[in-house]
Amino acid sequence: MSNPTSSPNELFGYVAEFPSATDLYHAAEKVRDAGFRRWDVHTPYPVHGMDHAMGLGKSWLSALVLCGGVTGSLTALALQFFTQVSLYPTVVQDKPTNLFTIPAFFPVTFELTILFSAFATLIGLFALIMLPRWNHPLFNSPLFSKFSNDGFLLVIEARDPKFKREKTKELLSEIGAGKIEEVIY
Amino acid sequence: MADHSKANASVHPSEAEGVARELLVLNNRSLGWITDRICGIVENRQPFIWWVLFVPSVCGFLCLLFSLVYLVSTGVGVWGMNHPVAWGWDIVNFVFWIGIGHAGTLISAILFLTRQKWRTSVNRASEAMTIFAVMCAGIFPGFHVGRFWMVWFLAPIPNSNAIWQNFKSPLLWDVFAVSTYFTVSVLFWYIGLIPDLATLRDRAKGLAKRLYGFFALGWRGGNRQWRHYEMAYLILAALSTPLVLSVHAVVSFDFATSVVPGWHTTIFPPYFVAGAIFGGFAMVLTLMLPVRKLYGLEDLITAKHIDNMAKIILLTGTIVGYAYIMELFISYYSANAFETDAFHLRILSGPYTWAYYCMFFCNVIAPQVFWFKWSRHNLWVVFLIVNLVNAGMWFERFVIIPTSLARDFLPGQWGYYSASWVEKLLFTGSFGMFMMLFLLFLRFLPVIAISEVKGVLPESDPHYPDWKHLREKRRVSSK
Repeated sequence: MSNPTSSPNELFGYVAEFPSATDLYHAAEKVRDAGFRRWDVHTPYPVHGMDHAMGLGKSWLSALVLCGGVTGSLTALALQFFTQVSLYPTVVQDKPTNLFTIPAFFPVTFELTILFSAFATLIGLFALIMLPRWNHPLFNSPLFSKFSNDGFLLVIEARDPKFKREKTKELLSEIGAGKIEEVIY
Repeated sequence: MADHSKANASVHPSEAEGVARELLVLNNRSLGWITDRICGIVENRQPFIWWVLFVPSVCGFLCLLFSLVYLVSTGVGVWGMNHPVAWGWDIVNFVFWIGIGHAGTLISAILFLTRQKWRTSVNRASEAMTIFAVMCAGIFPGFHVGRFWMVWFLAPIPNSNAIWQNFKSPLLWDVFAVSTYFTVSVLFWYIGLIPDLATLRDRAKGLAKRLYGFFALGWRGGNRQWRHYEMAYLILAALSTPLVLSVHAVVSFDFATSVVPGWHTTIFPPYFVAGAIFGGFAMVLTLMLPVRKLYGLEDLITAKHIDNMAKIILLTGTIVGYAYIMELFISYYSANAFETDAFHLRILSGPYTWAYYCMFFCNVIAPQVFWFKWSRHNLWVVFLIVNLVNAGMWFERFVIIPTSLARDFLPGQWGYYSASWVEKLLFTGSFGMFMMLFLLFLRFLPVIAISEVKGVLPESDPHYPDWKHLREKRRVSSK
């Protein structure tokens, strides 16, 4: 998140370009080992194994989706039992309106489970990746816009406790960066 | 060291020793080439033929609107339905369009779960096709109720009549299934679009940049975002798979849970699902064969892709053929006189046998030519067969629905149904709407999933050892 009291010329961080996914992968391992925390790699597609190279674990979005799915099932069952059994028993062809009606309730329950899971996926995804966020200091950098085309970029933020203005730039050059750009707020 | 002189053929250089796997992107295209080619379709002027197709599509859409207004203002009697055939072209068209939509979800979801990388060139367009097909499908059950202004009665909300829906009815299951299917398909399509919208945003200026940027939500392509994104994509694929199997099964329940002979059979759920996948893949190819030619996408939608899709059409067509034969066998084996007579009338003595033989030829006989490799690689043959399949799948729904109703239990109740001009205009109009929406999609959005195709290039893998040589070859060949 950008610091609201930052001055206009304050440094956000460095953007470094690497020539390929392989180089970026190895560079990420070195940045991880150097102990940085506020950094990221930006690529046009998800690079296989990059989570491991960055020291990140598995995404827990699936737990949120499970909550959504369970809510969907319970909502569907509650809706159907309440309306068909309790409030206005709908007797069709003398078939029972009690617990034995569950097989007839299955399709709607199944569909609502999936629907609520899909909504949980959407909302959970947006919450975890913190989007929509239409403004970000990285959009000020012309080098950064290469990420969506064919650039393999590594960004280290100045907020990181291990960040040192000149030393971090040297580290990036050492691990194979081509162009390195300063990003200003 | 792999033999790189063979790299011009579609053989992956690092696998030249073992079983050669065909490349998914031909001619050694780079990441930048892929971006330029796909975004170029949106950014440059459309070819003249886009307009040649768009104008009639809009006219078709206007015909659709006209026929709906005429229907609601005059009454449902303008359609050809009457006792005994109460469901005619309306429900045939509904099932037809929903079935077409299923291929998009299969390509996106099921081929993703089975790790078929070749899906990346066709999944975006087929997901869009799904959404537009479901939109076309939804018109028919909505308007076939007659009093369209009472369609809101289907929603489970409290009302002043204190009436709740009958949740034990397959017609209501349909409402939930189709709306869920539409919503989940839109979500899946949109989430897949976010990185590509960011690509368009970064290349655009002015109003286009603002619009693409708004819908791209500020996507920055960081791995911390990609890891949650990939999990979301996997989850949606895993949700869509049972969804696509269940939605058409629920649609088939409209018929299977009734007592009409020819409808009341347990084979319907798998038969309908296989038929939907069959018809949907045919429609995907009907759209993709012209698009790849017109926009120069042959290096991305390759002969291998078309080959794979033709094989799936052959497989599902054979399953559908099996279902037809099984239906006939069971109608005899069941010793149910009404069931036996229903099929006797369907294939031998009834008024619609012409439709049955059209269906059988188009769906079962015609695709058998795909056993031969030359037919899968000859694009004109493929185009002809898939259009026959499209027609055949429409005939299948026609054979199931009005044919069974026209000859049910009591001969005194038998009748003949033929569609009125309003129904024919409405059906034509639905094709117009579908084409109009698809052409607009081609005009404004990336027709191929840019980030996904980049992800399946050989050099995208960080453990690919030979990227330096690949880049050198590209630099040399571009001089």
